Amino acid sequence: MADIKNSADLSPPSEIIGPLAWLRSNLFSSPLNSISTLIGLYIVYALFIPVIDWAFVSADWLGNNKDACSLKGACWVFVIQRLDFFIYGFYPDAEYWRVNIIFVLLALLIMPQMVEKAPYKRFSGWFFLTGFPIIAGVLLLGGILGLEPVSTDKWGGLLLTLVISFVGIIAALPLGVLLALGRRSKMPAIRIICTAFIELWRGVPLISVLFMASVMLPLFLPDGANFNKLLRALIGIVMFQSAYMAEVIRGGLQAIPKGQYEAAASLGLGYWKSMSLIILPQALKLVIPGIVNTFIALFKDTTLVLIIGLFDLLQTVNSAIVDPNWPQVSTEGFVFAGFVFWIFCFSMSRYSIALERKLDTGHKR
Amino acid sequence: MKYKSLGILTAIAAVATFSVASAGTLENVKKKDLLTCGVSTGLPGFSDPDKNKKWTGLDADYCKAVAAAVLGDANKVKFVPLTAKERFTALQSGEIDILSRNTTWTQTRDTSLGLNFAGVTYYDGQGFMVSKKLGVKSAKELSGAAVCIQAGTTTELNLADYFRFNNMKYKSVVYDTSDQTIKGFEAGRCDMLTSDQSQLYALMTKLKDPASAMVLPEIISKEPLGPVVRQGDDVWFNINKWTLNALINAEEMGITSQNINEKKSSKDPSVMRFVGKSKNLGKKISLDNSWAVNIIAQVGNYGEIFERNVGKNTPLKIARGLNALWNKGGIMYAPPMR
Repeated sequence: MADIKNSADLSPPSEIIGPLAWLRSNLFSSPLNSISTLIGLYIVYALFIPVIDWAFVSADWLGNNKDACSLKGACWVFVIQRLDFFIYGFYPDAEYWRVNIIFVLLALLIMPQMVEKAPYKRFSGWFFLTGFPIIAGVLLLGGILGLEPVSTDKWGGLLLTLVISFVGIIAALPLGVLLALGRRSKMPAIRIICTAFIELWRGVPLISVLFMASVMLPLFLPDGANFNKLLRALIGIVMFQSAYMAEVIRGGLQAIPKGQYEAAASLGLGYWKSMSLIILPQALKLVIPGIVNTFIALFKDTTLVLIIGLFDLLQTVNSAIVDPNWPQVSTEGFVFAGFVFWIFCFSMSRYSIALERKLDTGHKR
Repeated sequence: MKYKSLGILTAIAAVATFSVASAGTLENVKKKDLLTCGVSTGLPGFSDPDKNKKWTGLDADYCKAVAAAVLGDANKVKFVPLTAKERFTALQSGEIDILSRNTTWTQTRDTSLGLNFAGVTYYDGQGFMVSKKLGVKSAKELSGAAVCIQAGTTTELNLADYFRFNNMKYKSVVYDTSDQTIKGFEAGRCDMLTSDQSQLYALMTKLKDPASAMVLPEIISKEPLGPVVRQGDDVWFNINKWTLNALINAEEMGITSQNINEKKSSKDPSVMRFVGKSKNLGKKISLDNSWAVNIIAQVGNYGEIFERNVGKNTPLKIARGLNALWNKGGIMYAPPMR
């Protein structure tokens, strides 16, 4: 037997695969392409180098006061020094651990929702919607279980932003579902009430809602019946967002073919059963992008509470940058706030994409 | 500060609630053991959370002084940050006990909102900041200049009045926030920047080279800033008025937070009245006789408050000017405590 020795396959020539080939076929395939690539590279160079230089290379990170800032680049010292104000607002230093527990719990509860096959997913999901808000409320407010009470006027920064958006999101979705169902109800009274509610709240800007809640409402209340400013703002935001949410969900309900309703009816299901078992699961799945869109808008809208003097993340930055002990640090402050907002909004949008993919059960046309 | 349009709504609302929340502020404060004080959402030198997240500033210190007088503890204050638009309603509705938020005392505000101004804690006025490079000494030399201003404040109106009165032309460059205004000034978009003088000094600290700019001597408007309380509660009004007077009188008499303990045994009749050794001045405003001692020991006199928050050793570096005592060239003058 002839000893046949297979020589190793030659790798394809470098003009076909590999980074060089990729560059050639994608970026320099024709003179026009080459020119536009070079122009593009120059633009990237001209725009990004100064930004990177400002944000990282020439930036100052360490120090305690303005002397640590050379002012050649970003003065991150300022952001780092005031970070606890941006995150916790006026929350007492000694009680930070309570907020930290909530942040950790929030992360621990959200993470399994991102993973395809996490254990106890259903349980943690329900806990997230029911148990967690209660635990968070107790921890934040204190006053029982030997916890030092912390009034809501001490809440601020990222904490307040998260509280407002979390409450808004958790409360607006079920309210929105009910309103959307109500608007499509066959009972005239319910239909009219729901339609009026939705149109009323959608017809006014959020700023006026907040302003009414903060400025006008106390005047109508009897003396001494001043209820919490944050609560007033929260109620306003929930009302406002649930109206928007209702319209998004109504879009989903309308997209469900009539046959589905008839099928549910022919199975002998009552209204609530047919809605909760057949119609809503399909409708909600259809409008996930719309729902998440509303959530992201809500998250960003929370910054509007600064006009009623609540110290959300943006307002803490606003009030810190005027500190005369620091040089002009407004850019750093706003870049930081923008970055934090971007992280949250981007995560929400990634989560919605993952959710859509998971629930995509082949209804694509 | 002075946002132009308070709005008719506020005025109507004010009339509607004229007498709703009036009497009994003192009892309420004592019952809660906490003074609720409306401040700004962040104005350096007047009311601004410092790096330890404590409210500091001249306006904040005034509230601490009232808390010291009424509750004996300057720390028993809850600060409620308010925007310019909601400040008066917050006071009218009883959400706060005192509004100490760099509010200009004007006739309209004093007479039509159902509120009373308890005095003046800071005499401010609109001024100009120019670059030293221009080499001008007076605003009168600035005909045809471009002026950076913040939109929506009476600053705009005062500026128009001033230039028209002096037959000069100007071009206004309007910005939305003070931060943008100072950036526009620094970028050379305008020759001068106008705002309340106290604000000019705060803005100056934000320049890359603060020494490159200067504040001109002209003041073109009167902005007496002071604490506000609800009308119709004279007990509370008196307490606020005399807390301020005690702060100013203490400076005049040389009573400071440092020497207050020695002064307690002073034989000077006016000091004896001040520290509550004679005449029961405290009782006359429904307080403890040690009210003034508490104020000075815990917060300091007016001069100390001024120097601590906006004075020469702070980044703002504001000279006493009009806010010096009447016998030191200023107009700070308090009725005698007797």
